Amino acid sequence: MSGLTPLSAEAMWALGRGTGVAALVLFTVAVVLGIGTRAGATLPGLGRVGASDLHRTASLTATGLVVLHLTTLTLDPYAQLTLLDWLVPFFGEYRPLWQGLGTVAVDLLVVIVAVSLLRHRVGPRVFRGVHLLTYLLWPVALAHGLGNGTDAGHAWFVALAVACTAAVVLALLWRLSPAVDQRGRQRVPRKVLA
Amino acid sequence: MTAPTLDPATPSATTTGTGVRLLGATPDGPVPLLDLAALLAVVEQAGLTGRGGAGFPTARKVRAVAAAAGRRRRPVVVGNAMEGEPLSRKDAALLGLAPGLVLDGLDVVAHALGTRDRLLAVGPEVDDRAVRAAASARSIAVRRLPGGFVAGQESAVVAALGGRPGVPRDPAVRVGERGLDGRPTLVLNAETLAHVALVARHGAAAYRAAAPQLLTISGTGGAIRHPGVLEVPRGTPLVEVIRRAGGDPTTCGPVLLGGYHGTWLAPSQLGIPVGDPRTGAGVVHVLDATTCPVRATADIARWLADQSARQCGPCVNGLPHLAATLGHLADAHPDPRLEAEVARVAALVDGRGACAHPDGTVRMVRSAWSAFGDHVRAHLAGHCPTPTSTPHPSGATR
Amino acid sequence: MTRLHLDWTRCDGHGGCAELLPDLLTLDPWGYPLLRGTGPGADRDAEVPRGTESAVRHAARACPRAALRLLDGTA
Repeated sequence: MSGLTPLSAEAMWALGRGTGVAALVLFTVAVVLGIGTRAGATLPGLGRVGASDLHRTASLTATGLVVLHLTTLTLDPYAQLTLLDWLVPFFGEYRPLWQGLGTVAVDLLVVIVAVSLLRHRVGPRVFRGVHLLTYLLWPVALAHGLGNGTDAGHAWFVALAVACTAAVVLALLWRLSPAVDQRGRQRVPRKVLA
Repeated sequence: MTAPTLDPATPSATTTGTGVRLLGATPDGPVPLLDLAALLAVVEQAGLTGRGGAGFPTARKVRAVAAAAGRRRRPVVVGNAMEGEPLSRKDAALLGLAPGLVLDGLDVVAHALGTRDRLLAVGPEVDDRAVRAAASARSIAVRRLPGGFVAGQESAVVAALGGRPGVPRDPAVRVGERGLDGRPTLVLNAETLAHVALVARHGAAAYRAAAPQLLTISGTGGAIRHPGVLEVPRGTPLVEVIRRAGGDPTTCGPVLLGGYHGTWLAPSQLGIPVGDPRTGAGVVHVLDATTCPVRATADIARWLADQSARQCGPCVNGLPHLAATLGHLADAHPDPRLEAEVARVAALVDGRGACAHPDGTVRMVRSAWSAFGDHVRAHLAGHCPTPTSTPHPSGATR
Repeated sequence: MTRLHLDWTRCDGHGGCAELLPDLLTLDPWGYPLLRGTGPGADRDAEVPRGTESAVRHAARACPRAALRLLDGTA
C-alpha cells in the first residue's frame, strides 16, 4: 500500500468516497421501492413484480458498491481502514464514532442480505423480521455519510442527503396514508397469525 | 349468540340390538384392542364415517395416519369434543353419559397405531367432569381449548394443542402427516370414537344392525317441544325424529339439517332418512311458522361471518358482504338485484380459504333457494309471507 | 401433474402472481388471486398447464409472502 503513487492514492480516495455516496443513493432508492413494494405499488411499464425486482437490483448493487467502498478505503493509505474495521465498529483510527457507524451499517447489511437471499429457506416471518432492520440500516448509513465523509461539509452532499431523506419520508407518509393502506379499494384487514 | 337451550341428558331409547347403544351404560370389561389390520377391516365393514360433520370414511383416515407413522415419528390420537357447532350438543351428551365409550375408542385406535399418546380436546361449553375422572385412570390427557366455530376444525385443534392460535392451518400440510409436535396426528370426532368402540366390542354385523346415531334436535318458537340429544337408528325418517321430539312435521317451517354449515330442507323433504349425506354433525333445527327462514338464513350468515378466523382475504371480506346482502334480502325491500349479488359473492368465497368455513356458509345459503325459493322470491318482490316474524336466536349479535 | 397451491393463511393480496400468470390468475374485487375458469366447489389447487411450469415457479419465487407453492402429484 505504501507503494501507491500519490496519484493512485488520490484515485483510491475519490473512489472510496464516490462509492460511498453512490451506495447511499442506491440504498435510498431501495428503501423507497421497498416501501412501495410492501404496499403492492405498481410502476408504469414494470408492474408490481418489476418494482420488486428493481428494489432487489438496487439493493444488491448498493451492496456491491459498499464492498467496493470498503476495499478501496482499505487500499488507500490515507483512510487507514483495517480489515477489523470492516466488521467490528468503533475501533478505527479515523473518527472512530462516525466510521464505526459505517461498520454497524455493514454488519446490518450482511445479516439483511444473507436472510433476504435465503428467504425461501427461513420463511416469511423471519425474513420480514430481519428485513425491518433496513429501517435502522438506512439512517445509520446516512449518519455515517454525514459525520464521516469529508464531503459532508460540501453543499452538494448536504443537498443530496436532504433529497434522500425527503424521498424516504415522503414514501413513508404515502404508505401510511389511509387511501394507500386500502390500496384504493374497500378491504377488511386480515389477522396475520403465522 | 344465544344457543338454543338444550338438555343434553334426554337420551331416547334406540329400538335396536342389545348393548349396541351410544348413550347407554358402558359395559364392564375392557374394550378389545385390535391390531391395525383387524381394526381397519372391521371399521371398513361397519361402513363407519366421521361424525364431526365432514363424513370422511374413518378407515381411510386411520390408514393414512398409519402410513405416515411408518415413515415418521410415533402418531398422536386426538378426540375432538370441541362442539363448536352452536346447534349441537351430542358430544357433550356423550361425554356426560358415556365417557368410557369415547375413551375406549381412543384406546382402540391408539393401540392399533402403536402409540400411547391420546388426547381429548374439549370445548369451553362442554362439561368435562365425568370424562376427566374416567380419563385420569387411563392416562388420557383431557385438554380444554378456547372455543369458536372454526376452533373445532382439525388443524385448528392441533394448533391449539400445540400452544399456537386455534385457527385452521394451510391444508397443504395435512395433520395426518405432520400435526402435533410434527407427528402424524389422527383427529376423530368424539362420537366417531364412540362408534369405533362399539364396532370393536360388538363387531361389524351387530353394529350395522343397530346402526345407532346421535342427533341434536332444536327448534324456534314452539316447533320442538322436547329439544335435546336423541339416539336413533340410522335410516329413521326425519319426520319420525321430529315427532318424537314433540314437533309437528305437517305444520312446521323449513328445517336446517347438519348445522350452520348444513342444508335447508322444505317440509316436503322431511321423509329423508337420518344418515343421508346431508345429516352432517347430526343437527336438526326446525323453524316454527312465525320465524322467517330468510331472516334466519341472514342471521346465521351474519354469525358465521363474525366467526371467521380472519386469516384469509376472501373469507374476511366476502362473508360480511354476503351476510349484509342477505340482511337486505331479509328486510324485504323490493330489489331484484339482490339475488344476483348473493350468487356473485357466494361464488367469490366458495372454495377460497384455508378451511371450509366459506364453503359451508355458501352451502347453507344456496340451500335456502332450493328449500324455500318461493319465500325468497316474495322477499325480492317486497313482502315477507311469514306472519308476525320473530328474529332467529343467532341474530342476537346484529 | 403439478398443482398450484395457494397458502391462504399467508396471502396478502399483493397481486404479483396475477401479473406474472395472467392466463391462470386474475384478481378478485379485494385484490386476492382468483383462479380463472374454476367453478364453485372446485379443488382448491389448480392444475398447472403443461409448459407453464417455469413461469409458475417464477411467480412462486416472486411472491413476497411465499404464499404460492407448487405441489407434485394428485391431491
